[in-house]
Amino acid sequence: MAPAAAATTPGAYPSTVHGAPTGESALAVEATGLTKSFGGTRALTGVDLAVARGSIYGLLGPNGAGKTTTVRILATLLAPAGGRARVLGHDVATEAAAVRRRVALAGQFATVDDDLTGSENLVLLGRLAGLPRRAAKARAAGLLTAFGLEKAATRQVKTFSGGMRRRLDLAASIITRADLLFLDEPTTGLDPASRAQVWEIVRSIAADGATVLLTTQYLDEADELADRVAVIDRGQVVAEGTTSELKASVGSGTLRIRLADPARGPDASGMLARSLGVTVQTGTDPAVLTARIPARPSARSATGNVASAIAELAQADIAVGEFALGQPSLDEVFLTLTGNSTPGSQEAAS
Amino acid sequence: MTPAITDGAALATAAAGGSLRHSLPAGPRPEPPGPLVASAAFAWRAMLKIKHVPEQLFDVIAIPVVFTLMFTYLFGGALAGSPGRYLQFILPGTLVMAVVLVTMYAGVGLSVDASKGVSDRFRSLPIWRPAPIAGALAGDVARYLLAAGLVVLLGVAIGFRPGGGAPGVIAGVGLLVLFALSLSWAWTTLGLLLRTPQAVMSVGTVVLFPLTLASNVFVSPQTMPGWLQAFVGVNPVSHLVTAERGLLSGHAATGQVAWVLLASIAVVAVFAPLTIHLYGRRH
Repeated sequence: MAPAAAATTPGAYPSTVHGAPTGESALAVEATGLTKSFGGTRALTGVDLAVARGSIYGLLGPNGAGKTTTVRILATLLAPAGGRARVLGHDVATEAAAVRRRVALAGQFATVDDDLTGSENLVLLGRLAGLPRRAAKARAAGLLTAFGLEKAATRQVKTFSGGMRRRLDLAASIITRADLLFLDEPTTGLDPASRAQVWEIVRSIAADGATVLLTTQYLDEADELADRVAVIDRGQVVAEGTTSELKASVGSGTLRIRLADPARGPDASGMLARSLGVTVQTGTDPAVLTARIPARPSARSATGNVASAIAELAQADIAVGEFALGQPSLDEVFLTLTGNSTPGSQEAAS
Repeated sequence: MTPAITDGAALATAAAGGSLRHSLPAGPRPEPPGPLVASAAFAWRAMLKIKHVPEQLFDVIAIPVVFTLMFTYLFGGALAGSPGRYLQFILPGTLVMAVVLVTMYAGVGLSVDASKGVSDRFRSLPIWRPAPIAGALAGDVARYLLAAGLVVLLGVAIGFRPGGGAPGVIAGVGLLVLFALSLSWAWTTLGLLLRTPQAVMSVGTVVLFPLTLASNVFVSPQTMPGWLQAFVGVNPVSHLVTAERGLLSGHAATGQVAWVLLASIAVVAVFAPLTIHLYGRRH
């Protein structure tokens, strides 16, 4: 994409990296072997990360996996016990001030002051970002309008809904330009409409050239937003790649068949198991059969195998109501990678 | 997810998306503010908090009023022959007590911030690290002045006549606020060490009430047992009260004032670096 843009648009960045000044690493975040313990609890047992500039990167994992700890280390709020991390080319341990000049953080619990009004929060953070008083006020007013918060401008944040609070939090993060934005669980606890708004905001920020590192326990969120994802579990990155790569690594897909007659389930199950060489499962609905189809190195595609297996069912006079061969969901990926229940099914305790 | 919800979200998103692109920051990031500007911004925040949460001033107002009135009229006659005569003795004491008790809120406020996400954002900003604390202390000074002013006005209203006049009162309140500001650093240290604002309050109460009661605030220590006299003698609150009595009556004891100033410097020298170190640590 970048080379094409460079070819058609004279004056575009010559490098394939979004806005990276020459001499700086192409990576916005490079971390190796990060460890951290709290008391006796090992929060991180060795996290490696490489986040390309200009991308949206997702840290996906259940509660307590180490997502927040990783973000807090990268945002210079915590010092790692072991390992090294560079953010935009600066070491988080020895060049924290340089890192802080170029990043912005929106924490897991909205990082705004409950007692102040929406407008006061933005003016305060604008002043702290280095804007003169008048410019800070103008910026605050503009952001409140853009984020649909103008009516709430003079209300204390403690009266805001969860979605409004998040929007204010995101607005506070883009008062001035940050090269890297950390968003810790930006949509936890939001209703679907508010989630979609936050997603749109995140996309706009990334489209403007900033790198976004977000944590989430929602697989659909990672699928929706992230260019690449690191799955983190028990303080370690257990898988990394694009969401499609992660799905492919688990298997080529899942076959779902709904039989017209549930009584034929056992027959159909046996035939499919023989012809596809897989385990066939019956769910709570006896008419529905599912099977994980592994990726095979052989020339014959999974689709072809499945097609002939379904043809066999028809020949045996077993009527198939519907069938589908789809990519595995990220939930299945997560289950396979971690052996845990999916993060989405866990209680959002913290 | 039902189609209806998806459509609604998409509409809302489209609306938000249009104005959003125009709201993204233009131009490079400005230079971060200097220590003074950053501290002033946090001082403004402290004043806004007083404005929006006036309830937090309840203790600041109630404690001095209750103690001054209660001790003057309840015990004044028995202790000094008449409430009017006792008021001359006790007012500098309740003045000190009111302000010293309020100092613990410096620690409570910092602890409240630390327990919320907002301090994460402050600590990720490219600003002078102690700025949030310096700004908050400006808010504390406003509270100390309010508490001190209230006691003096109340005292004058019910018959207190400072022999030192207005200059004596101004000097007295000035010394007191200076001492309180120094003591605030001890509370900010504690506020960063203890886990919850409630814990800071508990420790504050347990430390400050004995310190202010076992002193010469209410009576002179001659009638106390020897061990208690010894404690009252070394209690910094006693020294402060003696200095205040001197300043308000116009017969300032230079030695006592110097003692308070030195004690203030000592407290700041220990606790200010400790607070700043604890605030900056990353674990």
